[in-house]
Amino acid sequence: MQERVQLLLEIADDELILGWRDSEWTGIAPFLEEDVAFSSIAQNEIGHARALYELAARELGTTADELAFDRAPEEYRCARLVELRLPSWEHTSARHYLYEEADALKLEQLKASDDAELAGLAAKIDREEVYHRMHAQMWFDRLENEPRFVAALDELRPLVGLRDGHTPELTELWEEMTMVRRSQPAGTTW
Amino acid sequence: MVTEAQVWEALAEITDPEIPVISVVDLGVVRGVRVEDERVHIEFTPTFLGCPALEVMREQMAARIAELGGEPEVEVGLDDSWSTDRITPEGREKLRAAGLAPPAPRSAGAPALVQLEANGFRCPYCGSRDTGLENIFGPTPCRSLRYCRSCRQPFEQFKTI
Repeated sequence: MQERVQLLLEIADDELILGWRDSEWTGIAPFLEEDVAFSSIAQNEIGHARALYELAARELGTTADELAFDRAPEEYRCARLVELRLPSWEHTSARHYLYEEADALKLEQLKASDDAELAGLAAKIDREEVYHRMHAQMWFDRLENEPRFVAALDELRPLVGLRDGHTPELTELWEEMTMVRRSQPAGTTW
Repeated sequence: MVTEAQVWEALAEITDPEIPVISVVDLGVVRGVRVEDERVHIEFTPTFLGCPALEVMREQMAARIAELGGEPEVEVGLDDSWSTDRITPEGREKLRAAGLAPPAPRSAGAPALVQLEANGFRCPYCGSRDTGLENIFGPTPCRSLRYCRSCRQPFEQFKTI
């Protein structure tokens, strides 16, 4: 597979899977503000994934939905960091911070890319990510001296760029994420 | 044959389903209209990439062009050509009148938390600048939540992007 498509899928898969994980706070976050925040962040991340899948789909002659939902779990290129189901607030905040930190670097590189299409989309995504970074930083500043948060950062940091092999949690999420689509009769259009 | 002017006029009647006071033209998301014989080509840029209103606006534009007798072709651009600075002055006024504070201009650079936490954002109800940030995020991706300490009214602030 071409390097460009690989890169698009890597970022798109990260954003899609993280978007699903973030959406797990909808309705049950510790504060109403965070319920709204994580729901909104999830929506943005899935929107970014869709745009990235669309660029990849044009090259592969397929559709964004097929790339998002019709691949087998082992074909996803996401990092282990985003796959985990993290029901504790310190882990969620730690992942959010680590992800946004890595994502900011990646977007800076892409914005400077010779590939005008990729650079343009990265710049568009970055306009929205500014708000995610503010939010992640706000929680980092609040929690940086809390031992549970520090331990969660240490635990999750090695998973940021780890893309070889997946956790069983990805398969579990994939089952939930694709259930409706897989249960439709063949030929159903969306 | 449909003319470009007719197309723009028709598009000015299509509103954002999540902010029904503002049209796609006011929002600045229609970047170009080109008529070639029956074909009407519309260049459209998303606001926020995850906004579900985009699909609705796209379908409404296509349906409206078809009503005019044209063959719609709505092209969605995934580039960086839209920012909240593209909202027209009329659009900003309509947002304010609906209780949604228009976005701050982007000229000052990318937004920062310290700015959002500072005073300076004007309450759309009473005009006071004594307002505070309640939540960076709001009911849709494009909005933050603020509170006016002067008239004690919470309000939604369009994010600057």
